[in-house]
Amino acid sequence: MPDNLPADSVGLVNPQTLRITEPLALDCGRSLSQFDLVYETYGQLNADKSNAVLICHALSGDHHAAGYHSLDDKKPGWWDSAIGPGKVIDTNKFFVVCPNNLGGCKGSSGPNTLNPETGKLYGPDFPIVTVTDWVNSQAILADSLGIQQWAAVIGGSLGGMQAMQWAISLPDRVRHALIIAAASKLSAQNIAFNEVARTAIKSDPDFHNGYYAEHDTLPRQGLGLARMLGHITYLSDEAMGQKFGRELRSGQIHYGYDVEFQIESYLRYQSSSFVERFDANTYLLMTKALDYFDPAKAFDDDLNATMKGIKAKTLVMSFTSDWRFSPLRSLEIVDALLSAGKQVSYAEIEAHQGHDAFLMPIPRYMEIFGTYMQLVAKEVNS
Amino acid sequence: MTLRVDLQIISDWIPDGASVLDLGCGNGTLLHHLQDRSVTGYGLEIDNSKFADCLRAGINVIQADLDEGLSQFADQSFDYVILSQTLQAIKRPDFLLQEIMRVGRNGIIGFPNFGHWQCRWQLSLSGHMPVSKSLPNHWFDTPNIHLCTIRDFEQLCRDNHFNITNRSVVNHAYKDTLAIRLLPNLFGETAVYLVQNQPK
Repeated sequence: MPDNLPADSVGLVNPQTLRITEPLALDCGRSLSQFDLVYETYGQLNADKSNAVLICHALSGDHHAAGYHSLDDKKPGWWDSAIGPGKVIDTNKFFVVCPNNLGGCKGSSGPNTLNPETGKLYGPDFPIVTVTDWVNSQAILADSLGIQQWAAVIGGSLGGMQAMQWAISLPDRVRHALIIAAASKLSAQNIAFNEVARTAIKSDPDFHNGYYAEHDTLPRQGLGLARMLGHITYLSDEAMGQKFGRELRSGQIHYGYDVEFQIESYLRYQSSSFVERFDANTYLLMTKALDYFDPAKAFDDDLNATMKGIKAKTLVMSFTSDWRFSPLRSLEIVDALLSAGKQVSYAEIEAHQGHDAFLMPIPRYMEIFGTYMQLVAKEVNS
Repeated sequence: MTLRVDLQIISDWIPDGASVLDLGCGNGTLLHHLQDRSVTGYGLEIDNSKFADCLRAGINVIQADLDEGLSQFADQSFDYVILSQTLQAIKRPDFLLQEIMRVGRNGIIGFPNFGHWQCRWQLSLSGHMPVSKSLPNHWFDTPNIHLCTIRDFEQLCRDNHFNITNRSVVNHAYKDTLAIRLLPNLFGETAVYLVQNQPK
């Protein structure tokens, strides 16, 4: 490994692609005749293929969860703080798999890839996929890797919803589910935030009903605005206050409408970098997948009954300052699992970082997460 | 591993294979000990600093505030619900006791006896709130906001129509003495009760 990569990093990693030529029927009634899933793996699969861990990403995440693609990369993968040799998801013990979700924009089939039937970009014609569709597509990936049962399925936020759906839909294929900063369905307020984001994107004159690529442009303004809004909801008032307070860029007020406060500058920077790396149609699709997620719907809105078939042991975690998916939302999951008599543990982590806390190496969080994963490792390696 | 004596008393009352809810489970010692006898269940604990210990002990632990009751659990869903040395720190002990007896077929409740002669002695002679081995905090920094005597607790059970089916009253060393047997509310420092709902 090159000298300038940290010792507890998985190092340089290469994404792989699985092309699936069997048609996949989707919740929306449409199907994909063929599709690609891009994924990364870290660590070694053991002889009986029992040490595999699936990482599910959130709204703007992708398959690059840990390590570096090149020595020039400024930042490692999005969950490098948790994945690596000796880290809480220990790649010396686990074979870690992280795919880019179907409908994403980082290589898996999605709005910014070619429709094999037309030879043109899917754009807004890419079918809306759901959390269940993701689980089904990830199961095909598991099959191709020879993984019958995941030692653990782990995710935060929208990723936590996938972990939950895995345990519900395919109970025999999940030993442990780690559901972090998630909810069993979105609240009206959650959906409202998503709708504001979608409205921002769709009302950008450069959106062109989603066919912006054909007009050789991007709905930068709209997607940027959506990201700004999202960003505000991922942080807490306290975290923003600590980071930026009322600090001024130039040290004084100018009585104008240009960027003056540091927080304004930060949001603009975040949104302008985001619009270059993320696809607006994927953003729309991901927010819809969030809105539609409601596993209890198939069980007459009875969440307890929904959890009945689960065989996995679960660890549910939430963060005190998370107001996007508050601890109360996690407790709804926990209460349903308890009512169903399932093996569940629940921790509410003291954290000021808001929803984003699930990505941070907060000591108590890492202690609990790591202890749980060590037990999983012991179970599958014994 | 030797068990703290009050936990040993509780453990002896729980049959093999029972389902148990341990309120204020700390680092999970009791449930871990009971696992050898196929006892299953959950620990509840408000403080997550010992959470990793519980996980290591193989226990399902739920971070929860007992002052909010046990609404996450269905009626009569456990054989035993245990509350050891925590009743006196609860905002509404009567409400929690009712919750314990709603969720459990049996309740096991242990608490320090404020009727012990040393407490009475300190309060009556020096005029100060008692400080003792089993109640080491001063009045202003104590988590113990609802102290009661053996007589008070038994009265609370009677008022709520709960039957006391077993009782163990001991001194600070968790020993049972002749004096305690004769005058438990005067000489007992710690009391542990096994309580059941009265048949309807």
